[in-house]
Amino acid sequence: MTTVAEQPDAGPTGGTVDGPVLEVEHLTKHFPIRTGLLQRTVGHVRAVDDVSFHIDRGETLALVGESGCGKTTTGRVVLRLIDPTSGTVRFDGQDLAEVDADELRGLRQRMQIIFQDPYSSLDPRMSTADIVGEGLAIHGMASGQAQLDRVTDLLEKVGLSARDLRKFPHQFSGGQRQRIGVARALATNPELIICDEAVSALDVSVQAQVLNLLKDLQTELGISYLFITHDLNVVRYIADRVAVMYLGQIVELAETEQLFTDPRHPYTRSLLSSVPIIDPELARATVRTPLEGDVPSPSSPPSGCRFHNRCPQAVERCRHYAPVLVDLNDGRQARECPEYRPEPFGLTAQSYRESELLNQGTEAGE
Amino acid sequence: MHDAVLRIAGLRTQFRTRQGTVDAVSDVSFDVRRGETVALVGESGSGKSVTALSVLQLLESTGSIADGSIVFDGRELVGLSEKEMRDVRGREISMIFQDPSTCLDPVFTIEDQLVEALTIHGTARSDARGRALELLRMVRMPDPETRLNAYPHELSGGQRQRAMIATALALDPQLIIADEPTTALDVTVQAQILDLIRTLQAETGAAVLFVTHDLGVVAEIADRVVVMYAGRVVEQGSVFQVLKDPRNPYTAALLASMPGAVAGTGQRLTPIEGVVPSLLDMPSGCRFAPRCPHAWDRCHEADPPLAAFDLNRESRCWLEVDGAVDGVGTAEVVG
Repeated sequence: MTTVAEQPDAGPTGGTVDGPVLEVEHLTKHFPIRTGLLQRTVGHVRAVDDVSFHIDRGETLALVGESGCGKTTTGRVVLRLIDPTSGTVRFDGQDLAEVDADELRGLRQRMQIIFQDPYSSLDPRMSTADIVGEGLAIHGMASGQAQLDRVTDLLEKVGLSARDLRKFPHQFSGGQRQRIGVARALATNPELIICDEAVSALDVSVQAQVLNLLKDLQTELGISYLFITHDLNVVRYIADRVAVMYLGQIVELAETEQLFTDPRHPYTRSLLSSVPIIDPELARATVRTPLEGDVPSPSSPPSGCRFHNRCPQAVERCRHYAPVLVDLNDGRQARECPEYRPEPFGLTAQSYRESELLNQGTEAGE
Repeated sequence: MHDAVLRIAGLRTQFRTRQGTVDAVSDVSFDVRRGETVALVGESGSGKSVTALSVLQLLESTGSIADGSIVFDGRELVGLSEKEMRDVRGREISMIFQDPSTCLDPVFTIEDQLVEALTIHGTARSDARGRALELLRMVRMPDPETRLNAYPHELSGGQRQRAMIATALALDPQLIIADEPTTALDVTVQAQILDLIRTLQAETGAAVLFVTHDLGVVAEIADRVVVMYAGRVVEQGSVFQVLKDPRNPYTAALLASMPGAVAGTGQRLTPIEGVVPSLLDMPSGCRFAPRCPHAWDRCHEADPPLAAFDLNRESRCWLEVDGAVDGVGTAEVVG
């Protein structure tokens, strides 16, 4: 075994603090919409709007939602691949906004990302050895034979072998490429890996291989994952806790089984009820409440509750009051809804039940 | 004999490549009966899309049907001229694609496109606008009068999919081929489109050949299922039979590897080890043998036939032929 800088071979580095590995508070990212010759800013896409969550060591938090909900932007901001508009991201207790470039590079070694597309995320002109070893070289963790040995170890860890060192990406299948992506992410002994739709492009039989690999690596190395995906079946399999996002905001955050068996927020319920059921008998016996319309544009989200124009339970007050995320006393957080929190909407349980539903029999959200 | 609107028998479709000619699909046989939905399911490279495109002879220029027969409504389609096929497409068999932009022309309004489809096949121009509006209502397009004058980019993804389905329905076809029509959509929009396809099928009585990789979608929409692997049909039967009691080891393994089938049970996924073989380098015996947990000598030596073991079920496996077992590793399916 060769020395790889002063890092232990297995297990995350650092981790002197016992607190969460990642804390995100009031994170906001607005992208300007520019138009015309002078590129004047005419508005903002509110991609991420006041998002807060934390991830414990060795834990998997899933960020789920439909396109445009801000889940990918959240992942990028956490890594400081893009800068937030406001809010804080603390990694192992350190505020990423307050560290200088050198310290940021040091922290980046401890947080890595696996991308969706195993075709475009690997440089076609680099060999496997170079792709996986690049992080080690950049961070000065190993060079020469030590680097090669470390890369070989990593390849074996993800089910590839030393024979693959000199091969190029085009010589691998999609699943094998994703394994290379995992090996590259593992190279610097990270404590946190952001998996951005990491298994979405893979066929199911291969997807299962990669999901099991990620689970095993977590057990072995104690890594935390921020698992960004639109696939709720994958979420249920891999996540400890789930944050459901809609139009830049978290609408519900709960433990996985709690969320799947007893979803509280109407959007969570609609989302779960849209997922195809693999059992044909159950699929036919299940009464669905399909949502009308598409997700509105994040550049002009609806007023009040952002879900009000598609929500089957919405009443007039939901147009005006912007609900906040609250603790529901059962360990979960959910955005206020008159169904379970009528008071902030100026309603009582009784008056909510008697209110006329906003989207009854209409083509809402179009 | 049941009443098949489409009968594919012994289909072999070839592609010319730089490494030589390859059979993308071979020995593919199945029927689609009137008014039913058949799901053609498989992973990438299984040949499901090539099979669907062969029916309409919409293959790329390097592809051709080398062998077999495709009988639609009593008429042999293999060997028809391009002109004759053009008449079959749209009028008798229409197609819905994954990406509506491959079907909708960005420089024409939805009305232009629907009217064109209608008039080309003989509807009077004076009647076409009314029919176009009627079609948009059929596909539950919100605010159809306004959407008639919209360009494709002015519609949302779900609305574009509805517009494409409207063009597919324009000529009241007997068979609609849908190639991954919901794969690019968000899950809530996918639920709407699946619901729409089900409703329209009940209203029009058209048969649907639904090509997909998603067994969840199959469970929601199909009456019968044809499972493909590496260019071959490996199993077919009713949706209940195939998904609840798979006979072929590949189908069983595919189900066991789906997070939707085991999630929430605390069970671990059972991946299928290895990768789908390349068309240029197919194993000599059963094409699934190198990845099959049940394979023995015979599987590596000879290719098993697709064996019918009751009226409506077939499986391509030596276990079936030898009658050695009934049911292989039946996957526990949980909702």
